[in-house]
Amino acid sequence: MTSPLLELKQISVSFEGFLALRDLNLVLNQGDLRAVIGPNGAGKTTFLDVITGKVAPTKGDVIFKEKSLIGQKEFRIARKGIGRKFQSPRIFENLSVQENLALAVSRPKTPLSLLMNSLKVKHLDQIQHLMSIVNLQSKANIRAGALSHGQKQWLEIAMLVGQDPDLLLVDEPVAGLTDEETDLTADLLKSLAGDHTVLVIDHDMEFIRRLDCPVSVLHQGHVLKEGSMSDIQKDPLVIEVYLGKTDEEEQ
Amino acid sequence: MSIFSTKKSWINLTIWVLLIALIIAAPSVLPVFRLNLLGRYLSLAIVALGVDLIWGFTGMLSLGQGIFFALGGYCAAMFLQLNSAGEFPNGIPEFFGLYGVEKLPFFWEPFKSSIFTLISIWLIPAIIAGLLGYLVFRNRIKGVYFSILTQAALLVFFNFFNGQQKLINGTNGLKTDVTQLFGQMVGSEIMQRWFFWISAVLVILAWFFARWIVRDRFGNILIGIRDDEARVRFTGYNPVIFKTIIFSIAGGLAGISGALYTVQSGIVSPQFMTVPFSIEMVVWVAVGGRGTLLGAILGAVLINYAKSLVSEALPASWMFIQGGLFILVVTALPEGVLGWIRKDGPKKLLFLLGINKKLETYPSLEVNEQGEVKS
Repeated sequence: MTSPLLELKQISVSFEGFLALRDLNLVLNQGDLRAVIGPNGAGKTTFLDVITGKVAPTKGDVIFKEKSLIGQKEFRIARKGIGRKFQSPRIFENLSVQENLALAVSRPKTPLSLLMNSLKVKHLDQIQHLMSIVNLQSKANIRAGALSHGQKQWLEIAMLVGQDPDLLLVDEPVAGLTDEETDLTADLLKSLAGDHTVLVIDHDMEFIRRLDCPVSVLHQGHVLKEGSMSDIQKDPLVIEVYLGKTDEEEQ
Repeated sequence: MSIFSTKKSWINLTIWVLLIALIIAAPSVLPVFRLNLLGRYLSLAIVALGVDLIWGFTGMLSLGQGIFFALGGYCAAMFLQLNSAGEFPNGIPEFFGLYGVEKLPFFWEPFKSSIFTLISIWLIPAIIAGLLGYLVFRNRIKGVYFSILTQAALLVFFNFFNGQQKLINGTNGLKTDVTQLFGQMVGSEIMQRWFFWISAVLVILAWFFARWIVRDRFGNILIGIRDDEARVRFTGYNPVIFKTIIFSIAGGLAGISGALYTVQSGIVSPQFMTVPFSIEMVVWVAVGGRGTLLGAILGAVLINYAKSLVSEALPASWMFIQGGLFILVVTALPEGVLGWIRKDGPKKLLFLLGINKKLETYPSLEVNEQGEVKS
């Protein structure tokens, strides 16, 4: 049996005594698509912060490709192959769409290489390809700050893919998107899984259902339940803390 | 992925033609006194380019560029003092005699070499800026805290240099105008003409250098750091290295600028490290236009020229004018004069004054008799 791509072991994070995460365990295998849901304050974003090195856990270990990530700098973790999309779109607003993507696909990411070398043809092709995936070819030279909210979300996802990571951490990709855009995003993420491992955090149940993948429910910094969407929705504990009862059930 | 749009390159070309015409015409038109002033202001444009790189592009407001500016000046002055110290007692610069120093302090020794001096003028400030920057950036000190820290560093250097009579003549500074270079007095007319040409050429070279740095992805990373440093990190870049490099480059440019300014003003002293002077550097860039490079040059030259003209006509009023100018730019032209021109500012002003008419850009809709839009 091959070892998992990412493994979180007994992670606890304490902010001045408040436990944002407690004894969190999670395993992701190569090519998995996984959704994480949970009420506000369940520690969803903190949990991404721990993986990407923004927050150091008080206790526990993060194993990625059989090596621990604890104590590594954010940019090193990013170079090892973990890409992260933030909750609100974070792109370089004063650069054009193309320039944003160029920074994502550039390799090696050292000052000298950026200054001396021009972008390789294969990277230029990659930029075109990325823009075609997210339908931004016509906006190539437009300032990214002038894009619509949905387009910014997609640009950020495209930048993420451009980094060619093994693991994509996607935080609320459909917040503020229209239904149509939400569906397209779900299809996009599904198509990325397989080649990449994708972890999605979201509130939108319809969107999670569409992803059609295993779901972990986070509650008070702990994994409450793991399983398929239909299992989760039947679980009385999950219903109580998160999903709530529908009107019919209450009657 | 050219940064130049056609309109922008026209504006740039016009300004360049004017600037170069000015530089070529100046020596035959201006009296030596004015030419010398222009040469000084051109050298100040080099430090302004550095400020634009770190502030305009990378978003780090340094209020301590005077440190590196003065260091460059001291390097040049030490060489010139040693170069003409032969006839003085002990063969060391005259001021040492005032404090009973008989032996040259050790760190003066290498400045006997002209090659060492030419390198140290930019390398020493660049190294010190790099070290200082690395420590600050590694600890993720940003924004206002960075500005305060650089200003504090400036004060430390100022007080240190002020107090070291026995090493560098303390508050009196080092004079260069009565020193010798190539058998000529540095303050002489012929030398000053040369320094003017050197300043003019170096400003242009410094512009090309800065332009080359920001032209492509390296410059985009700097802008990325300014706009969203965390995103830069999660994209796999180490912002600390980029910030250290650019701060170090700005330090080196400040050193060159300081050396040229020193030989043209005839003295270097801790006055180069006063707080207002370093803030003025920022004002030149703000007025000229942040993140435009050319704006930094224009700002430095024009504001300083205006300063000397106004000070001659109405002494004491310059500070009010400079303050007013800064307030005007911050409130009315936040992108500086050049940024305003590039963003169609003059056209908009004409609309406001009613001189130009607005274009009809709305697609006109066909309307039927009842005033409803036809489908």
